[in-house]
Order: sequence, then structure tokens, then C-alpha cells
Amino acid sequence: MIDGYPDYMMESIKLVEEKRERNMSTEAKSMSMEEREKILKKYHPDYMENTKRKLRVGVDKGKLLYSGLVDLLEAKPVVDPKDVDLSKIDYDVDVLIIGGGGAGTVASLFAYESGVPLDRILIATKLRHGDANSMMAQGGIQAADSPGDSPALHYLDIYGGGHFANKPELARALALDALKIINWHERLGVMYDREDDGEFMELSGGGTCRNRLHSAKDYTGMEIMRNIRDTARNLEIPVLEFCPIVELLTDDKGQVAGGIAFNMETYEYHVIKAKATVLATGGSGRLHLSDYPTTNHYGATGDGLIMAYHAGANLLDLDTIQIHPTGDAYPEPIVGILSTEKLRGQGAVPLNKNGDPFVFPLEPRDVEAATFIRECKEGRGIVTPTGMPGVWLDTPMIDIKHGEGTLESKFAYEARKFRRFDIDVTKHPILVYPTLHYQNGGVEINEKCETRIPGLFGAGEVTGGVHGKNRLMGNSLLDYNVFGRRAGIYTAQYVKKAKVGKITLKHLDKYNKMLEQTNIKTTKKAPILLPEYRGEMAISRALDIF
Amino acid sequence: MTKKEQVLLEKPDVKKAEDVEKKAGTVEVFIMGKSYKVPAGLTIMKALEYAGYRYIRGCGCRAGFCGACSTIYRIEDEQKLGFDLACQKVVEDKMYLVQLPFVPAAKVEYDIDKLEPKESTILEIYPEIARCVSCNTCTKSCPQDIEVMKYIQRAVRGEIAKCAEISFDCIQCGLCAMRCPADIKHYHVSQLARRLRGKYIDPKSKNLAKRLKEVENGKYNDDIEKLMKMDKEKIMKLYSDRELEAEKALDLGGD
Repeated sequence: MIDGYPDYMMESIKLVEEKRERNMSTEAKSMSMEEREKILKKYHPDYMENTKRKLRVGVDKGKLLYSGLVDLLEAKPVVDPKDVDLSKIDYDVDVLIIGGGGAGTVASLFAYESGVPLDRILIATKLRHGDANSMMAQGGIQAADSPGDSPALHYLDIYGGGHFANKPELARALALDALKIINWHERLGVMYDREDDGEFMELSGGGTCRNRLHSAKDYTGMEIMRNIRDTARNLEIPVLEFCPIVELLTDDKGQVAGGIAFNMETYEYHVIKAKATVLATGGSGRLHLSDYPTTNHYGATGDGLIMAYHAGANLLDLDTIQIHPTGDAYPEPIVGILSTEKLRGQGAVPLNKNGDPFVFPLEPRDVEAATFIRECKEGRGIVTPTGMPGVWLDTPMIDIKHGEGTLESKFAYEARKFRRFDIDVTKHPILVYPTLHYQNGGVEINEKCETRIPGLFGAGEVTGGVHGKNRLMGNSLLDYNVFGRRAGIYTAQYVKKAKVGKITLKHLDKYNKMLEQTNIKTTKKAPILLPEYRGEMAISRALDIF
Repeated sequence: MTKKEQVLLEKPDVKKAEDVEKKAGTVEVFIMGKSYKVPAGLTIMKALEYAGYRYIRGCGCRAGFCGACSTIYRIEDEQKLGFDLACQKVVEDKMYLVQLPFVPAAKVEYDIDKLEPKESTILEIYPEIARCVSCNTCTKSCPQDIEVMKYIQRAVRGEIAKCAEISFDCIQCGLCAMRCPADIKHYHVSQLARRLRGKYIDPKSKNLAKRLKEVENGKYNDDIEKLMKMDKEKIMKLYSDRELEAEKALDLGGD
């Protein structure tokens, strides 16, 4: 049984305690753009030479992407067209939504509200409805509603945080639609944390110039998703669970025309024909790019990227990944799991093993994470008994600053998680190290959520362009709501005129031929649907468990 | 820093099972009655995977949010059943394990816009809550340690806001409903309470309403348009010069 911290870690904690008062009153300054650039180049995996390679097939041939993704994009499509009987259509709908997480569920609600009949909508999802990273987001959701703030400032934060690589029209949609979304949530019944007068408690997040984070304790994602899913269930929106889409269908006019679902429990294929298809498959943390542990959901294996690419969609910004600075580093059973950025937003300061601060606590995530890696590489981190490095996050500061009981009430999840291991976050700091958190880029969309392939729309983490090279805290919950909503509205418009031709899987034959011509020899097949953790793989990552 | 630590940071070591077993020691678990030896210190979820299981059901977020991996266990020679999440609970020696693949509890469909937050609202939609026999089995089976029975009794009394507050951390795993002798669907009941509170009882933000109207009237369109068209150097300067509210707060040593 794990029972608090071992003695040598307690010795370092003593230094943290001795210097706490000083650390709480020390002026913290954010870095200049030049300083940020320097530290990223030296310590962030996005800038390392061995993390990426050039893609050799498809529309983005020649682009540099993370190697783990290239492996899958250069793998053979998992479906052999010969195994699927396209003469038998199992479901014929207007809108097929791939993924039952946040983006997909919001898309279904707005497609319905925009006139698509219930029985013409279908969500196909890999696990249960609502099993998604959306459910796990802790910190909050951004919206510029306080008097000293403006959507233009929010835009500036999004764009600068993304290293000025975002598609401006997508960043604009994110900043402007935010107000509509929070208002919609109020009407659904989301229990946001509020002041007595009903105004939202607005917290700061990394890289935001104003405090505009709306939260519901540290269960914000869960609270929003519960409301959205309950709404979908009350309407009886059709959902196929444990039936991931494994490849898209195309037609003789070059449109996307639905998808092939795979029933993971009966091993059957289902042919789903649709006038419009919404890609809402989420992220890819479970690919453990660059060998990082991850905060992500079990199903986050990047399937949407792969099948969209097979059908000819293009990808953006997959040369970057988001490592979240504060993944748990101790104890082992929770290594890689997230401790929310809101902890820093509420005053917890990162400290090295000498108890000294080394960074402004609220830099954008990539910069903050890079400084953690620096501290550990230069010997100022703590190494756990099983070899996991980390720095302290001094959580007790929160109660000192905001009053006793704040951690227990506003960070119920964190307090509960550590209590299981006899660590009291109100008394002792927690040990953290960066963990793979978010897929910054993905399938390119425009303001109407359209991809370059007619009939294929996208929303949420699977898409690229919204966040550029780095997403800010509180913008992913916002992203799936804003673009899920838009996907619902614009597919509803699109299906009024759309006509599907003869459905095929010819794009897979074409892709296979391309792989052959490029002389790529691979035994891999993609999408992979689930990560492999059986046997030794359960303990294969030094960073993951031991 | 030792060479070993550097290696760990550069590229994680792939450990062999035997090394880990030797280092951590092993425990015996009975997965649905069958005996397996697994390294000590693993969560139940990782222990099953180590033993060779690949999850389709019974696994979700792997971090204690989604309620997919509710597990019932018993330690050999003990009578008492334990309830927890496979992704959070660490295996113990001689543990008998089974996971719930699905919870068949009925949910009532309603239109939240047509409800009123009256004392009787929850009772009308879920009348079976009146059958609560106060056995507290629901509370004892909650992996989140929520006072489940207490919030059901608040619901019976029509105290919507309190029911919502007590139940807030519910991850909807359904263990409460599976154990209840009165067939109460606690996690559906509290979902209704929270929505009623969020929608009707908590006061609303005036700032949001005001800003939303401004946005709908296009007040910020020009500002953002200008930023979108600005050349890169200029916007980079604007970005790096902006004043950080959080920085100010930290300077003052508090909020």
C-alpha cells in the first residue's frame, strides 16, 4: 500500500514548507517572447529532432508529423473492401456523427434543433455515449463576459498562445461564439461556480490576459457533458455504442457518404449511408506520442485522423502535441493523470526540489511544461522510487490564500484522488511532470466545419486550425461546444440539398495502391481503435507505471 | 544527475515483466474466480490488462471521471463486498474481482424547459424515491464516498438545491442503483436535481447577458477583424505587451 511520501521526499517537502511564506509573496513575472522561444527550443518535444518524421503518402506528403502518427498514416487501412457488402445498407440517415463525446453530442442536438428529424440522425461511438476526454476536463471553459474583458482580447490570447499559426476565422468563431455557449449551458442547467449575485467566478488560466475561466469545481467537463448527454437522452437521439466507425464511405461523385461501423462485440460490419458525416472522434493521447504517459481517455487513438486522411482530407499542425505541465508523477498508480491547471490559477506555485520557484505559474502550457523538463534535466527535480521525475506543485498555498476548505470544496476531485494514497493536498505539495494531453492540430476545417471533402464535416479535438500550435486552458471545452454546434447547424443546411451517389470504398483501394507505389512495407493496420496494454504492455512505459 | 536518470528523461526504458515482478513483488488476484499473479502496486484495471485482458467494456477515462469501470470485490476469507473504480483502486492480495459491464437502470425522459423547480417535481418524476428504507447501502457502495442516501432524502423532501449540492461529484457509475433494495435510480434522480438547480434556482449572470447582446449586435466584429488583418509583427507586439490580470494579482500577493 502507498502511504504518503517516502522519507527522502519528505525532506524536500520540508524545504518547500520553510520557504512557503517567502514563495507566496515573491513577485512572479511572465517571460518575454524571446525567453519563451529559447526554452521551448531546448526542452519541448515539438522541437526535438527525434520525435518527428516526414509523411510519404497522401495529400500531405512531405509534411513533418509526430512519428507515431506517421506510422499509422502509412499503415494499411484496417478494412479490406472485399469484406464489406455495400449492397446492403444497414442504416440510411441524413447526418452520421462519428463519436459520442462532447463535439458529437452537441452536433446531434443542434442538427435536431436545425430541422433534421431524430430518426435521420445517428451517433456511432466506440465505447459508451459520453466516454470521451470531454468528460475529463477539470479546469474550466473560457468566455469573455466580465466587464474588463472582451472577445477581442480572448482572440488575441488564442492567437498568441497558438504561436500565430491558428486559422484566424476559427479563432474568431471560438472567441465570439463563447458567449452563446455559456448562455446555452445556463439554459440546460449547468451548475457553474458563481458569486452570490449570480456572476461567474472567473479564474485565470495559463496564457490568458484576463480571468475568464468558468468552472464547476474541478469537474467542469463532467458537469457540462452530463447536461448535454442528458438532453440527448431525453430527446432519444439514436446512438450506436461499441460501434466505432472504422472507415468512411465515399461515392462516385467524390463525396463522403457515411461510414463503415464495426461492432466490437459481435465483429460485424454495419454499412451506414449518410448525406453528411461529422467527424467528432476526439484526440490521440493513447498513441503515447514521444513515449509520454497521457491524461487521455481509453479510446483516444486518433481514428478520425486516419480515416479522414484515407478519404483525402488534409491535416494541420500535427507537428505539435500538447504536453500538460502538471501530470501526476507520484504515486505510481496515477502517473500521467491530470492535476488541473486551475490549481495554479488559484495560487499553487511550481517549485523545484530545493523549494525554489522557477517559473511564472501561468505561462502557456508548452512554455510552462518546458521549464518543468528543464528543472528535472538539470537535476533540480525529484526522482520517485520508481524513476519518475517531477517537480512540486505547492497546493497548500491555495487554502492559505483563499481560506481553509477551498481545496476540499473547489478541488474535490484532486483531494479525493490523493486521499486514496494518504496524501493530503491541503498539507503537502503534489509531485508533477508533463503528460501528453491534447492534439493541437488535426483535420482542417473552415468556419462551417467543412473539410476539403464534400459531405465531411469535423468538430472538436480531431480538427486542426482552431488552436494553432498550442491550445490554451479552457479552450477545448469551448472548442467542442462552438464547433459541435456549428457542425450541427451547417450539416442541417447541407443535407437539404445534398444527394449521395453510388457508395464505394474505392478510396481504400487507391490508398493501398499508393502505399505500394511508395514502396512502404508495413505490417501495421489503422485505425487501431484501442491501445494495446496487455501483458508486459501494461507496464511497458517507464513513465507510465514503474 | 546520474546517467540513469538522464536516460529516463530522454527515452523511457522498456521494462520486462520479470524485472517489475521482482522489484515490486506480486499479489494473487482472482479475476472472475480465476487466479492470476500480478505485480503489486498496479490498479485493478492495469492488473487485468497485465493478466491478459483487453477491455472493450468496463474501461473509459482511466482517471476516475466516467464511471465505466465500477468494480465489485471481496478479499478471500472476508464476507464483506467492496465497491470501487478499477482505474483508481490498487489491487490487494487475494482479491476476487468482477466488473459491471452495464447498468440497466431506467431513466425517465423529460423536457427540462417544461419543468418547474417545485418541491414535488423530483417525486413526481421518480416516485420510487419515497420507498427509500434508509438502509444506507447506496452510500456504502459509492466509490466517490458521496452521501447518497442523504441526497435521496433531500430529494424526497423537495430540497432540490441541497440534493444537487451533495450529489455534485457523482460519476454516474450506477453502483448505488444496482444495490438498492427499493429500486431507486439515485444517479438519475440527482442528475435531474442538478439540472433543476442549474437552470432555475441559481441566479444568472447579468454580465453574460449584457455581453451576449453586444456580441449579437456586432460590437466586437471590427476589433477582431482588425486583429485578423494585422501584420504579424504588429500583432506579436500587441500580444507581448498586453497586461496580465493574473500577474497583477500575484504582485499583490493575493486576490
